[in-house]
Amino acid sequence: MEIPYTVSTRPDTGLWNAKVGIWLFLASEVMLFGGLFSAYIFLRLDAPPGMWPHGLLNVPVGTMNTAILIMSSVTVVLAWAALKMRKYRAYWWYMLATILCGVIFLTVKLVYEWPQKFDHFGAYIKPEELGKYEQYLGNEHAAAKGLPPRLEVTGHLHNRAALNDPNIKEYEVALDPLNADPSNPAMDRPHFFYMPPTDKIATIEKADVQYATMFLPKHSAYFASYFTITGLHGMHVLGGVLVFIYMWLPVSKRLYQRNPEHLANRVEVAGLFWHFVDLIWIFVFPLFYLL
Amino acid sequence: MDASTSLETHHDPHAHAAEHEHHELGWWRKYVFSTDHKVIGIQYGFTGLIFLFFGFSLMMLMRWQLAYPGQALPVIGKFLPHIFGPGTMPDGKMTPDFYNSLGAMHGTIMVFLGIVPLAFAAFGNFVVPLQIGAPDMAFPKVNMASYWAVFVGSIVMLISFFVPGGAAKSGWTSYVPLAAIADTGPGHLPVFNGQTLWLIGFIFLITSSLLGAINFIATIIQLRAKGLTWMRLPFFVWAQFVTAFLLLLAFPPLEAGIIMQLMDRVADTSFFMPAGLVVNGAALHISGGGSPLLWQHLFWFLAHPEVYVLILPGMGIIAEILANNSRKPLWGYKSLVFSVLTIGFLSFIVWAHHMWLTGMGSAVSAFFQTTTLIISIPSVIILSAFFISLWGGSIRFTVPMLFATAFLPMFGIGGLTGIPLAFNSADLYLHDTYYVIAHFHYIVAPGTIFALFAGIYYWFPKATGRRMNDFWGKVHFWPTLICMNVIFLPMFLQGMAGMHRRWYDGGQGWTVSGDHTIWGLTGFQWNTPISWAAWIMGLAQIPFIINFFWSIKRGEKVNDNPWEATTLEWTAPSPPPHGNFVTTPVAYRGPYEYSLPGRDGDFTMQNEPVEPSERVRRKTAEPVLV
Repeated sequence: MEIPYTVSTRPDTGLWNAKVGIWLFLASEVMLFGGLFSAYIFLRLDAPPGMWPHGLLNVPVGTMNTAILIMSSVTVVLAWAALKMRKYRAYWWYMLATILCGVIFLTVKLVYEWPQKFDHFGAYIKPEELGKYEQYLGNEHAAAKGLPPRLEVTGHLHNRAALNDPNIKEYEVALDPLNADPSNPAMDRPHFFYMPPTDKIATIEKADVQYATMFLPKHSAYFASYFTITGLHGMHVLGGVLVFIYMWLPVSKRLYQRNPEHLANRVEVAGLFWHFVDLIWIFVFPLFYLL
Repeated sequence: MDASTSLETHHDPHAHAAEHEHHELGWWRKYVFSTDHKVIGIQYGFTGLIFLFFGFSLMMLMRWQLAYPGQALPVIGKFLPHIFGPGTMPDGKMTPDFYNSLGAMHGTIMVFLGIVPLAFAAFGNFVVPLQIGAPDMAFPKVNMASYWAVFVGSIVMLISFFVPGGAAKSGWTSYVPLAAIADTGPGHLPVFNGQTLWLIGFIFLITSSLLGAINFIATIIQLRAKGLTWMRLPFFVWAQFVTAFLLLLAFPPLEAGIIMQLMDRVADTSFFMPAGLVVNGAALHISGGGSPLLWQHLFWFLAHPEVYVLILPGMGIIAEILANNSRKPLWGYKSLVFSVLTIGFLSFIVWAHHMWLTGMGSAVSAFFQTTTLIISIPSVIILSAFFISLWGGSIRFTVPMLFATAFLPMFGIGGLTGIPLAFNSADLYLHDTYYVIAHFHYIVAPGTIFALFAGIYYWFPKATGRRMNDFWGKVHFWPTLICMNVIFLPMFLQGMAGMHRRWYDGGQGWTVSGDHTIWGLTGFQWNTPISWAAWIMGLAQIPFIINFFWSIKRGEKVNDNPWEATTLEWTAPSPPPHGNFVTTPVAYRGPYEYSLPGRDGDFTMQNEPVEPSERVRRKTAEPVLV
């Protein structure tokens, strides 16, 4: 006996096997990312005032990546529709477009966004020493405006050796615009466009610092959840791209010639997964970039 | 309708050629990297049985330390340091760290490498496709991937015993921040340390469970034989169906937690680490801002449904065996089905009853206490239906039936003793005592494990075409039943006397005064009979092991349906060939048509067409064929 309903639909359920499978898989993925998002909520609710950073991510780049992913969701549907109409050449081009969108998304993430963060520095000042760095933090201004307290000085670390060398007693930081001009009302809210660190250098004594690190996962609960969730999401994008590449290679043309409906079903299943990956990003983008 | 009508409308003309190819698979593809659900089921079965015994052995070691704390373990104690490293049992005396490793790994291995692979994956793989009349699982390659994922996970768990510092030692629950800082610092490797390997191994185990769960659900939805409607499914299939949903939806949040704890350990994040932690007198250099309670929520969101993952397949097995051996239909089939569905749903909203002592607030506690008490209702319905099923039956006390009947009171004790734990005021006292150990072991050990033994004796003839020896089966059963109770019954008393479950010295320092005794023994002194019962129970498994292997080759040959059962798996040849059935099965009736009035013999198989006279008598319309 052969396994039934691999390609044709079972009359009483109206489904073929893989379609049931992928929806179940997506249900489990909802729970996986649901667990991570609820961790985000937990950590954010628990964070003391001033300990949940804002405006550290590059919003235009994130917006572009969002648009790229949404576009790829459209092209994968067009690819599937082309297969249903038995137009293999159109399918081939739409699939290529989908793959390229996925690759661009990953490249932006891995080559630009993540390394830029790894290259950024932040130092949380000890609560009792905050006054000493008032010129960079502007807490009086923040308190007057009803803004959360500012506990961290961020920017570009000039003497990177200071991170590991106990003999270097201070950090030299080219300040971010906020710390360079903390009482300017223009700095009260995060900016849409990215603003690079200024030329203004601040010297921060290590003895005054509570905790200092580059913008790595260990920097804060915020970056821990940012890197974990976007990393896991990126692995999903990578998995989707690899599957699409397999479906785009000549090996799948042979399946098309033998049983085009089978290939169409495969693309449909992979496309459902791809839409889900998009949907996750639709949650990631506002949670980390905007809110 | 003709039973041989083909299921598939698009019949593949190459099907025969393809089948022919299957027969010429090499040894590796046939027995090792097989995609056949029966081979995979048997692979899971062996893996599960080996790990059950391994996990039990870890506990037998711990029982020495509990009964004779600080004394050198005779004979074996000399060899163990050579296997597990010199820091584990110097001069045969167990170190506290090794004791903790054994405890944590006993729990992990028994639950995730013993019972889940055996109860869910092995029985599910072997029996479910046969019971629903399917040729295989819906996704055979995914099925193979699922087995090899659990295999890799189990190897990672085993390797963790041999890395510097030994295996994970923060309990099977791996509570943070303890687990996040365990096995770090001097003398430990960055990734190759117990706790990190525990996390990595877990990712493989979770992957395996997810793949398996998807496969089971899709198979049950899509591959049921013609005429096998939902309410004609054997109860075992229903139990596996719900179990698969529990694994599918409960495991991913734990996977999220595992990923976060892994990040805490390898990337120094603070998901579960609050600020201001001091370890060995020095402040930890971490950002803080994490929440230890978050881990407990994520862990128990899996681990409570996991309890039902452990028991539901067992209940399914018991249902099959009770109906078969009492020669009468299961009492209240529909109530059983709806109860198991209700349990499945409710099990997702009871998890925080493991966390009464965390101070999460009385409103939250009140909610979870209510749902916990509600979930006992469907459980009691199931157990009552099983008991009533015996009423007026013509019971055959075969070996599977012995285990099945023993399951009923044992599971009853386990379930009813859970009710005091469901009340948060009573649990304040009983939490983390031996009472809790006794409670869940009564459910899982003489409960689920008895069901598994019953299932092995019951389906062994289907897998091999031979039957296991009855006499040695009884030699296996009686000492196991007695020892189980000698082990776990006194633990209720120890727990109520206040003995803590994680004491390394077995409570010697706490109860030695002797002013509080239970039947003449102090709580600590009870450890000795318990330990001896555990070791004797270990010996009592030898008849089973010998019987099992001997019967594969030499057991009494039997026909395709030796138990005179009714469900579809008994219509297939024993052992079933690749593709399972000679003719495509069609179901015409419910799963438990035993002792049907007006028919010859006391059982009517599901694929026997309904006769016209029968139809009039039963006042049913034309049978539904889908």
